[in-house]
Amino acid sequence: VSEPAGPRAPVLVLAVGNPSRGDDALGPELAARLEAAALPECLEVIVEFQLQVENALDLVDRERVIFVDAGTGTPAPFELRKAAPTPDFLHTSHALSPEAVLATYARITGEPPPESWVLCVRGEAFELGEGLSEAASRHLEAAWQQLKRLF
Amino acid sequence: MSTMPLESAAHPEQLRRVVIEPLSRVEGHGKVTLLMDEDDHVQQARLHIVEFRAFEKFIQGRPYWEVPVMVQRLCGICPVSHHLAACKALDQVVGATQLTPTAEKIRRLMHYGQILQSHALHFFHLSSPDLLFGFDSDVAKRNIVGVAAAYPDVAKQGVLLRKYGQEVIRHTAGKRIHGTGSVPGGVNKSLTAAERDELQKDIYQIIAWSRDAVRLVRQLFEQDLETYRSFGTFEARTLSLVRADGAMDLYHGGLRAQHADGTTIFDHVDYGHYWEQISEEVKAWSYMKFPYLRALGHEDGWYRVGPLTRVTRCDFIPTPLADRERREFLAFDDGRAARSTLGFHWARMIEMLHSAEAIKDLLHDADLLGHDLMASGPRQARGVGVIEAPRGTLIHHYRVDENDQVARANLIVSTTHNNHAMNIAIREVARKYLDGRKLTEGLLNHIEVAVRAFDPCLSCATHAMGKMPLDVQLVDAEGVVIDSLVRGSK
Repeated sequence: VSEPAGPRAPVLVLAVGNPSRGDDALGPELAARLEAAALPECLEVIVEFQLQVENALDLVDRERVIFVDAGTGTPAPFELRKAAPTPDFLHTSHALSPEAVLATYARITGEPPPESWVLCVRGEAFELGEGLSEAASRHLEAAWQQLKRLF
Repeated sequence: MSTMPLESAAHPEQLRRVVIEPLSRVEGHGKVTLLMDEDDHVQQARLHIVEFRAFEKFIQGRPYWEVPVMVQRLCGICPVSHHLAACKALDQVVGATQLTPTAEKIRRLMHYGQILQSHALHFFHLSSPDLLFGFDSDVAKRNIVGVAAAYPDVAKQGVLLRKYGQEVIRHTAGKRIHGTGSVPGGVNKSLTAAERDELQKDIYQIIAWSRDAVRLVRQLFEQDLETYRSFGTFEARTLSLVRADGAMDLYHGGLRAQHADGTTIFDHVDYGHYWEQISEEVKAWSYMKFPYLRALGHEDGWYRVGPLTRVTRCDFIPTPLADRERREFLAFDDGRAARSTLGFHWARMIEMLHSAEAIKDLLHDADLLGHDLMASGPRQARGVGVIEAPRGTLIHHYRVDENDQVARANLIVSTTHNNHAMNIAIREVARKYLDGRKLTEGLLNHIEVAVRAFDPCLSCATHAMGKMPLDVQLVDAEGVVIDSLVRGSK
């Protein structure tokens, strides 16, 4: 099966979240800020509701990948950590962790994945139809400052 | 109170509680509770799913033309199904009783792309580890990495099948997520020749891989016939859409309900008045409603939807390769496979093959490149849209006021239709595999295998990190946790 032709930006930001699920919008919000801030040529931003196996193909030909997602129970305002391939044990087809995407990449390509980081921003409430909580809005600002320093 | 066996224990306060949760990334949105007595006999088994409570409220008050986009945020795994079901309902509101050929075929292409990618994900990523390695196998093997290590080609095909379906969606819906391709009355874009050519290039490979997947499931059944015959198997009434000639039609048709023996309850019913046939019961122990067929009442009227129902209860599949596989499935093991809960997996792969064939046929239809995209007619206040989503029948029902705002919405999603059937499957598994034994991870996985067969939608579209672990707790009659097991934490 053919892959998209042409060179890819060496750095990928893979932002994850549902903008209509309260603090789950943190990932898409940060992606929108990146896109509004005139992206450098080296950078591509992809936004997804959830990570899935095909996202492993988005990692092909990248030098660095930054997963941006909301988290519960993570340190406030955010956690920035390096990610390594680790399989998930899933009970549903509805989600995948960044580490599992990296593991999928490694298995289907036979290569180690690109250098990968997870920027996990703490969220508090994830109800359908709600906006960002006050706490998440503060975390968003802090995470934005961090994200800009990564490029 | 229901009289279903194992639904309610006589003295639950005296029982030990075993909780398997969460089944999704959102706390409390899916769990199995098993109440055990002192001798480890299962006295009560229930599947709890919290989902979709806020959907109608989320939609009410919105301008109707926003709804097909908004409803995609209800579900991150099958947004196209909600997108199309909403559009089908709102077609009626804008008076578009007959879509243009281009509009209907673009929507069908989008829908088959969705079925293909969803079924590929489910089988290759979620269920094949169980099926390939067994229900008691090492946890590390029961994921796609385990599959990839042992079956590298299968794992890669799963990813690429999924990717192809996503590309079909991207070309027809306009975007990878939050697509806007379908609108009330039609579609807002057709395919360009370049887009069609790109999709044509790979479709024969996709069909070949889909055929291989059907054969792989057959081999799995052949290797462990007794397990596949009996695992969580039960007799069920069924509900699905079928075409006027009885063919499988995942996009449009009339409602068909049958008894477990295949005799008709009703057939070719116009879904525009679905509430005359289907009602919903509320049970105190579950957030999710229990739909039932009115003609049979709430005790006996529960039914099963989804791939196993569609494949076994249609008269034929209108693509040749999938129909041949359907006939072999129905004949296999004197029809036992087609009645088994694990038959869901075989049926799902037959539908994936059908979708691939249907995509191929559509990609050779000149109407896909047409420019007559919209239809309209006299405005209506109400619309009902029904579609066969990957997990089963999906109903969207809207009433729109004179200000073009949604005044009322009612959604019955596939997982809700299957609520009772999933509970029955879990009880059957609990009865056979857990009763009288000490709990082990492998035994608990049997419960999850039964849940996975249905692939329930667990109030998805939220995926915050930190909610992935499976938390198994043993709680005594006083509510004290006496043992716990956490795995898969991320």
